[in-house]
Amino acid sequence: MTMTMTAEREAEETPVFHLVDEHEHPEGHSTLLGFWIYLMSDCLIFAMLFATYGVLGANYAGGPTPKELFDLPLVALNTSMLLLSSITYGFAMLTMEKGRVGQTQFWLAVTGLFGAAFLGIELYEFAHMIHEGAPPQRSAFLSSFFTLVGTHGLHVTFGIIWLITLMVQVAKQGLIPANRRRLMCLSMFWHFLDVIWIGVFTFVYLMGMLR
Amino acid sequence: MSTHAHTTHPHPGHGHGGHAHGGYGHGHGGSGHGNHGHHHDDGHAHGTFGSYMIGFVLSVILTAIPFWLVMTGTLDNTQTALAIMALAAVQIVVHMVYFLHMNGRAEGGWSLLALIFTIIVVVIALAGSLWVMYHLNTNMMPVPDMSQLP
Repeated sequence: MTMTMTAEREAEETPVFHLVDEHEHPEGHSTLLGFWIYLMSDCLIFAMLFATYGVLGANYAGGPTPKELFDLPLVALNTSMLLLSSITYGFAMLTMEKGRVGQTQFWLAVTGLFGAAFLGIELYEFAHMIHEGAPPQRSAFLSSFFTLVGTHGLHVTFGIIWLITLMVQVAKQGLIPANRRRLMCLSMFWHFLDVIWIGVFTFVYLMGMLR
Repeated sequence: MSTHAHTTHPHPGHGHGGHAHGGYGHGHGGSGHGNHGHHHDDGHAHGTFGSYMIGFVLSVILTAIPFWLVMTGTLDNTQTALAIMALAAVQIVVHMVYFLHMNGRAEGGWSLLALIFTIIVVVIALAGSLWVMYHLNTNMMPVPDMSQLP
């Protein structure tokens, strides 16, 4: 008897520490924060690759050294391609906010071309290095170099595929809220890759030339 | 009495919140989320033409200086290394502020919090790896020269 009473009273008086009703959230309101957290995890991947390069970067195994391999003017050109693609993506975002589909598409296309130029130069550099007897399997330095820079290049590749996909989406559906949200995510991805590239050209190429 | 308060009290207040949300449609958390006046359409800060151009010009300068320092060899190696690392750090901040629109208010501060957490983890991982492996290399027992052994 007393037990049931206690149970009933407990059931009645159990305090509620959460909101009883889910309040409505607009669709995709947390997408950008979620994507940002993905980027932070991606940042950790790059941090590990940078740490690997930092540890192994001086182990040449009697093979070629950064000074013999790296071509700084080419790296400078590559860097400017990525930097230009960042600002043109910024223009795409600005025209997107004004709702101008044509101009947005134009700036997205320009961004994609700069991205493709970056990739082309990087692949040329890789091919040149491999041709000169510096493939990834030559030394620990080259393995970590190709892994770090290659992973960045792979990200740019997927960024370009994503960019083309979004251009098709925008062409089909216009600048609907969902497409704006997707473009904002890609904007963060693209600028994030530029941030990673700052680390690459500083720690890999420039510091490599100083060794 | 207490039951009454628990079950019915949240409803009027909350119903109002839900209603406000429905009314605003996409996103403005004005009354629903409790007066975060800064909320944009999607809680994401936007740049202007001016801010993008400032970011771009600063980036160009901050990229050009380290390349120039290394290519010309104006300073000695240690100074150059310190200078280009400092410039890279500044450029990363410039990109974060002008291109990624990072500030303490975006997403109610959660993006900044995630960023700070990531930076702490990255610093620990990088500094730890380099420190440990440097000491491992310097303290490694020297390999005896096999040709000298009997």
